[in-house]
Amino acid sequence: MKSSLNPRHRLWRRIVAQRHLQTMALLGVVWMFIFNYIPMYGIIIAFKEFNIIKSISEAPWVGLTHFKEFLADDNFGNVMKNTLGISLIKLFIGFPLPIIFALFLNEIRSIKYKKAIQTISYLPHFLSWVVLGGILATWLADVGIVNHVLMALNVIDQPITYLAEPKHFWTIIITSDIWKELGWSAIIYLAAIAGVSPEMYEAATIDGAGRFQKMWFVTLPSIKSTISILFILAVSGVLNSNFDQILVLRNSLNDSSSNVIDYYVYQTGLLSGRYSYSAAIGLFKSVIALILLLIANQVSKKINDTSLF
Amino acid sequence: MFALKRKTTGEVIFDLANNVFMLCICFITLYPIWYVLINAFNDGKDAMLGGIYWWPRMFTFKNFEAVFASPGIMQAMWITVAKTLVGVVAHVFFTAMVAYALSRKDLVGGKIYILMGTVTLFFGGGLIPTYLLIRDLHLLENFWVYIIPVLFSFFDLIILMTFFREIPEGLEEAARIDGANDWSIFLRIVLPVSMPVLATIALFHGVYQWNDYFTGMIYINNESLQPIQTYLYRVVAQSSSSQMMVAVQGSALTKTVTSQSIKLATMVVTTLPIVFVYPFLQRYFVKGMMIGSIKG
Repeated sequence: MKSSLNPRHRLWRRIVAQRHLQTMALLGVVWMFIFNYIPMYGIIIAFKEFNIIKSISEAPWVGLTHFKEFLADDNFGNVMKNTLGISLIKLFIGFPLPIIFALFLNEIRSIKYKKAIQTISYLPHFLSWVVLGGILATWLADVGIVNHVLMALNVIDQPITYLAEPKHFWTIIITSDIWKELGWSAIIYLAAIAGVSPEMYEAATIDGAGRFQKMWFVTLPSIKSTISILFILAVSGVLNSNFDQILVLRNSLNDSSSNVIDYYVYQTGLLSGRYSYSAAIGLFKSVIALILLLIANQVSKKINDTSLF
Repeated sequence: MFALKRKTTGEVIFDLANNVFMLCICFITLYPIWYVLINAFNDGKDAMLGGIYWWPRMFTFKNFEAVFASPGIMQAMWITVAKTLVGVVAHVFFTAMVAYALSRKDLVGGKIYILMGTVTLFFGGGLIPTYLLIRDLHLLENFWVYIIPVLFSFFDLIILMTFFREIPEGLEEAARIDGANDWSIFLRIVLPVSMPVLATIALFHGVYQWNDYFTGMIYINNESLQPIQTYLYRVVAQSSSSQMMVAVQGSALTKTVTSQSIKLATMVVTTLPIVFVYPFLQRYFVKGMMIGSIKG
């Protein structure tokens, strides 16, 4: 047939033959267009003076005004300090701990005991930050158990209201985050360790390697690519500083060490109604996060040939 | 031979230290949860004196009675159950449907669709543009705001797609020869053989739905539509515990329960369903997480 030789007709025939599949795919594409791409278009309000009464296209352009305002904002230094501080400490403490935990858990011989520890360790992952906020508020109150214990041990001589003091906020945030996610983050490493060939351990044993040496020279190198991928992902999400957690634990008393970019966007945008300014701060964050992702990806590619893209 | 070899002193010390280390981790993990539990089961006024560390001193169900007697909490609980059930079914079905189509290598436009999705993994509109969209779609003060904006997830799609590609092609071809179209292959063959990965996605999304308080906080003002986590957030974070006490005021309960004890009981009630569900699903999600994060 003549028409089948025409590539455009052939393509159209294939699409018709796939009409059910195309419907399924396009439903997803339409959803992504509405819920992912329209908000991306909405970012242009960061460069406009958006007014809630008018539409986005009617709003006048103002260029980089909002970005300049953010850089000159009294809160800028503080917000950046908290965002980067909390994020980097979380990255450098919170990232290696699950790997260490997985390495040592893997050395437990009894399978039943290992399973039990694992199941217990990721239980906190399933609690919400709201519930955890309640637990922490109970523990850290001036009549709470932390003060009781520290006073009994003579570490402190007066009860401290931890959540009301900025200097304790980072410690609380980082410790509670590690507590919640340690076991859960370790799952992926344990699964990767389970995939390491037993012959490598046997060979190492014959060479006279001890338990630590086997961990260091066999297990770790074997799960290197898993570690790299997860590290890239952790770096790209570093500025997200866990909004849910911050929102639950922050209050006006600890604001000087709890106000992070995500909260500031929420505060200026939804609480104060400065949509354009707030969108500009959000975009500022997204761009930095994207740059960090690209850097981490390149570094990982150079160092050990593993990358996301 | 190796198995019969006796352990060296170093090995014995290592194993002992490692076991102690693991027990410490288990204690640190469980004790804060246990502490909340025993205090929730203790008389509220008595608990204010402190010193309850291992076991309830004055055991009582009164705090839970107060929780279940409060219409606000029960309504919030019902909204949470509804949004979790509807949300999980809708999200898993919709995402799996799109994933099935995109997992087919012969799909016209497949590469473009996947590229479109990949962009969304790393870049998004952010809070304010999303809020404006939700407002323009008239989803404010609307139950469907819990379901529709999270109907689909490209991250979950990658996990599902990887799994679907492993399904032997013969299975689908046999059905096609029998006259099945793509919809019936998806519904009758792909979905049934993919239960482990569907369970994983269901668990992830179920936990998200159950624990999410932010959606209810920014898009919903109507109290009869707010989920239990938003309700709890307003009580815990804003310390407006008086809200909870209103429910029990004037009843006989006022004598023993305190706002603090009701708060703890609410936390327990909020968490129990999820703690009961996860042991049944856990054998699936290790597999699911591997598929998604390593190969994807």
